[in-house]
Amino acid sequence: MGFQIPSIMAGGHTISGKSQRGSEDSPIARAILLTVALGFVLLFLLLPLVNVFVQAFAKGLAFYRESLVDPDSIAAIKLTLTIAAISVPLNLIFGLVGSWAIAKFNFPGKPFLLTLIDLPFAISPVVAGLMFVVLFGRQGFFGPWLEDHNIRIIFALPGMVLATVFVTFPFVARELIPIMEATGTDQEQAALTLGANGWQTFWHVTLPSVKWGLLYGVILCNARAMGEFGAVSVVSGHITGQTDTLPLRVEKLYQGTTSGTAAFAVASLLAFLALITLAVKTFLEWRSARAETAAQRLVPDTEVQ
Amino acid sequence: MAQRFNALPGFKRTLGFTLFYLSAIVLIPIGGLVIKVLGLSWSELWELATKPRAIAAYKLSFGASFIAASVNAVFGTILAWVLVRYTFPGKRFVDALVDIPFALPTAVAGLTLANLFAPNGWLGSFLTPLGIKGAYSALGVVIALTFVSLPFVVRTVQPILESLERDVEEAAATLGAGRVTTFFKVVLPVLLPSVITGFALSFARAVGEFGSVIFISSNIPRQTEIVPLVIITYLDEYEFTSAMALATVMLVVSFVLLITINLLERWASRYQA
Repeated sequence: MGFQIPSIMAGGHTISGKSQRGSEDSPIARAILLTVALGFVLLFLLLPLVNVFVQAFAKGLAFYRESLVDPDSIAAIKLTLTIAAISVPLNLIFGLVGSWAIAKFNFPGKPFLLTLIDLPFAISPVVAGLMFVVLFGRQGFFGPWLEDHNIRIIFALPGMVLATVFVTFPFVARELIPIMEATGTDQEQAALTLGANGWQTFWHVTLPSVKWGLLYGVILCNARAMGEFGAVSVVSGHITGQTDTLPLRVEKLYQGTTSGTAAFAVASLLAFLALITLAVKTFLEWRSARAETAAQRLVPDTEVQ
Repeated sequence: MAQRFNALPGFKRTLGFTLFYLSAIVLIPIGGLVIKVLGLSWSELWELATKPRAIAAYKLSFGASFIAASVNAVFGTILAWVLVRYTFPGKRFVDALVDIPFALPTAVAGLTLANLFAPNGWLGSFLTPLGIKGAYSALGVVIALTFVSLPFVVRTVQPILESLERDVEEAAATLGAGRVTTFFKVVLPVLLPSVITGFALSFARAVGEFGSVIFISSNIPRQTEIVPLVIITYLDEYEFTSAMALATVMLVVSFVLLITINLLERWASRYQA
């Protein structure tokens, strides 16, 4: 568990057929709890989401289109996609390599290593951004050297990628480790005994067994990479049309205009991304729950992990 | 499980790469900040970290995060209960909605919440006549932090509640306990560790949050300014050492919270099968 959305491994229990009258709430308690819970969801989750789209189209479709095809918004879309296209694969590779080392082998200091992997979830994104300024900024460790060699990291793409990689660092690894631990090493050992080499074992045995969890981790990693604000804000420099990502563009439009409709138009793209992320996530959870029920039906007397 | 012979290849290489990547992305940046801060004297660091502006920001950041995490502890537990125990139309949709704060970029969350609670917004137009100022105020900070940290309690309590055997409650009922007594004496003690873990996760998330808050807060120094904003403002004003002093305080808080959460999770999993 931890700072992340719990793994798709967390499956539900099937309800048994016996009477549960003694553990049922009274109709009044039930009505009150349902009203409170659903009211909370409606006010705090559904309304803000719906509001994004209502406000985005407040000035009509033409204005909405115009806000999005604005050259500065197009530049922001491109930058956001570029940053995600670099950061997500990096953390994907780390996730696969790291989970192989951590889940398939036993070694001293493993819990400590896991805690270190969780660090980026605990550290404020603004502090994370500042760390890269300390390293590569003008007053930082490598600042003078970088300046002499005309390399820009802070207020440029490399710094924004580094900040994004930092904040999305644990997503894929944290998703894969519990799945790989649960499947164990028996299948890999069998493949090796049958003459497969390490790579073949990884490609044909390990990867297929974690593919859905991998997709889940990548989807979440991507959502965070495209939506990150604090860390990127510190290292961006906010040059319109050059170092503004979509979230930074939203902020600039919000501060620069009175109505904020243009900000909402750009924000609706990010909200749409969030909806796709949730849809894929829900589908993957539904899939894993179904697979679990099927497995339970096949082996009724065995406890399925 | 007994340690068995492990024939899998690549341990040294994969662990080596893991440690290299972890160092490059996480440990060296943290180390850089620590080394720079160690260059300051204790008194200098203390003075920079305890300026009135910083103290006011700590109070707001930690206070608002505490309230937000408390609100989520109460409503999150109720929501988890409803999602696990009741069946109602649209339950799957509500369950998916809970993750919105994880998926929605914080800038978008801040933008839409500020608009909703503004005096002419959907909610603000009802609240403003009652004298409740939801946007551009300290209350706005609490609202934004409640939103971004909302899923944690629900998602930590939910699996525990699902694994809870209802037989125990049946037994309590058979022995004559009322529903309320059963809840407080039987259910709550089992749920409490996960509620507290969820609370700690919410708090940790809220303390570090930046994006959503700056939209809904009026960001006035010493009044509605959170710690991450003070750090960014110092950076913009080239007050590098002041920014680092506050960042160090936040970093120490992060470490303490991470260790606390690890211990809490170990405690909470006592009850899990």
